[in-house]
Amino acid sequence: MPTNAPEPQPASEVSDKGAAAVRFRGVHKAFGDNVVLRDLDLNVEPGERVVIIGPSGSGKTTILRVLMTLERPDGGTITVGGRHLYHEEGRDGSLRPAGEKHIRSVRSDIGMVFQHFNLFPHMSALENIMLAPVQVHGKSKSEARALGLELLEKVGLAEHANHTPGELSGGQKQRVAIARSLATDPAVMLFDEVTSALDPELVGEVLSVLRDIAEEGSTTMLLVTHEMGFAREVADRVLMFDQGQILEDGTPEEILRNPQEQRTKDFLGAVFEH
Amino acid sequence: MEDLILSEGQYRQLLVGLRVTLSVLGWSFLLGVVLSLSVGVMRLSSNRVVRGVALVYVEFARGISSIILLFIMAYAIPILFGFQQGSRLLLASLALGLNMGGYGAEIVRGSILAVPKGQTEASIALNLTPFQRLRFVVLPQALRIILPPFGNLTIEILKGTALVSLIALTDLMQVVSIIRQQQLANQVSDVTGLFVNVLMIYFVIAQVINGVFRLAERALDRRFSSRPGDLPTLGGPATAAAGAGG
Ligand SMILES: Nc1ncnc2c1ncn2[C@@H]1O[C@H](COP(=O)(O)OP(=O)(O)O)[C@@H](O)[C@H]1O
Ligand SMILES: [Mg+2]
Repeated sequence: MPTNAPEPQPASEVSDKGAAAVRFRGVHKAFGDNVVLRDLDLNVEPGERVVIIGPSGSGKTTILRVLMTLERPDGGTITVGGRHLYHEEGRDGSLRPAGEKHIRSVRSDIGMVFQHFNLFPHMSALENIMLAPVQVHGKSKSEARALGLELLEKVGLAEHANHTPGELSGGQKQRVAIARSLATDPAVMLFDEVTSALDPELVGEVLSVLRDIAEEGSTTMLLVTHEMGFAREVADRVLMFDQGQILEDGTPEEILRNPQEQRTKDFLGAVFEH
Repeated sequence: MEDLILSEGQYRQLLVGLRVTLSVLGWSFLLGVVLSLSVGVMRLSSNRVVRGVALVYVEFARGISSIILLFIMAYAIPILFGFQQGSRLLLASLALGLNMGGYGAEIVRGSILAVPKGQTEASIALNLTPFQRLRFVVLPQALRIILPPFGNLTIEILKGTALVSLIALTDLMQVVSIIRQQQLANQVSDVTGLFVNVLMIYFVIAQVINGVFRLAERALDRRFSSRPGDLPTLGGPATAAAGAGG
C-alpha cells in the first residue's frame, strides 16, 4: 500500500462506474435575510432516483444549484461520490475551503438540465452536444461527433443534428439539452422542472426520454418536478420540501398516496387540482 | 465641373496622405480591439484588483481628450524614452487606440452582461473553464451585440485620425492643407474641388468600414441558423427509423 493513498472510502459511497452518492450535511443558504436552506441534511444513494416536490419558493431549485456549484452555500458540507465538493481534506481529516481546481474536478461528476434549456443558440444541436466532449474531455472531433449523433438518435432527434435551437420546438430543445448533459457521462444528473416551460402536448416526449435514462442507466438522478404521475413511475424516493427543509421523505407510494403532514396534503391537493 | 477633378500630382499627394491615414486607422483599430476585449472582460473579473485596474484605464482613456493624449505620445514620450521621430505614426496610433479601447471596453462589458446568465450556467454545468465559457459560449453571442456599436466607434476613429495632422504627420488632412498652401501660392481661390474630393475619400472609407461590419454581422447571424449540407451520419446503413417521440 502506498502511504499517501487517498482516505479509504466506504464501499457504498462510490460505485465503480455511472453512479455516485450525494450527501448534504447541515447545508445552509440564505439570500440576504431570506433563509432558503436551513441546516439541510440529505442523503442520496448511488443510482437512486429521488424526486423533490414542494411549493414554489421552498428552495428546490436552490438545492440543485448549490450541488451544481451555481450557488455557494453559506455553511455545511456536500460530498459527491465520497469527495467533498466545497472543501479539501487535509491529512488529519480537517477541512479547508476548496480551490477552483478541486471544485472543477468534483463537478465533472455532476450534470444538470435546466427548466429553460439554456442551449447555446449559435451552435447546432450536434455542436451543442459536442462542445464538452471536445473541450473538457479531450475527445477528437470525430469521436465527439459519433457520440453526439448516437445521443441525438437516443432522444429521437437524429434528423435535427444540423438545426440550431431557434429552429426547434421546446420539447426538441429540452431533448437536445438532455443529450448534451448525457454526453459528459455524469454520475449524478440534476433535472430542474425540465417540463414546466413546455406546452402540454410536448411534455410527454421529454418524460419518455427521462424514463429511458432512468431505466437504462445507473446514473443517480435528482429531479424537481410537478409531474406526479411521472414521479410515481420513476422515483425510488420522494422528498417533500417546505421552507428549506425536508418535511417528508418516503417512497412515492407513501408520500403521494398517504402523506402524513398536513402541508404535504395541501400541496398535493393543489397540484392535483390542475 | 472640371474644377472638381484635381491634378494628377495632387491626387498623388492625397494618396500619400491616404496611406498614412489608413495606417493610423489600422494600427489604432487593432490596438483598440485588443484593449476593448481584454479590458471589457477584466471589468467583469471576480478579482477586485483586476476590476479596479480596468476601471481606472477606462476612466482615463475616456476622460483624457485624444488631442492631449496625442501630444503626450508625440512629444513627451519620445523625449522621456528616447524614441526615434520615425515611430511617431505608431505613437499616434497608440494614442487613438488607447482612446478607442476605453469606449470599446464599455461596449464589450455591456454586451457580455446582455448574454443571458443561463448560458454561463449551462457552460459551468458542462464543466468548461472560465476561459472556455468566454471563448465558446459568451463572446460569440456578445459579438452580435458588440459589432454595430464597434462599427460606429471605428468611424469615430477614422474621424479622429485627422487630429494626427496636428503633430505634423502627413495624413490626408495634412496633405489637404499642404495642397491648399500651394493653391494659395498659385492664386487659386476656389476650394470646392479640393474639399469635395477629400470629403468623398473620407466618405468612401466610412462606407467600406460600414460594409465590412455588415458582412461580419451577417456571417455571425448565419451561425444562428441551420448548418448547410447533408446531415451527418454515423456511417453504416442509414438508420432512418429515428422519429420515436410524438
Ligand atoms: N439568486 C437569488 N437571489 C435572491 N433570492 C433568491 C435567488 N434565488 C432564489 N432566491 C429565493 O430563494 C427562495 C427559494 O427559491 P428556489 O430555490 O428557486 O425555490 P423553488 O425552486 O422551490 O421554487 C425564493 O424565495 C427565491 O426568491
Ligand atoms: Mg424552482
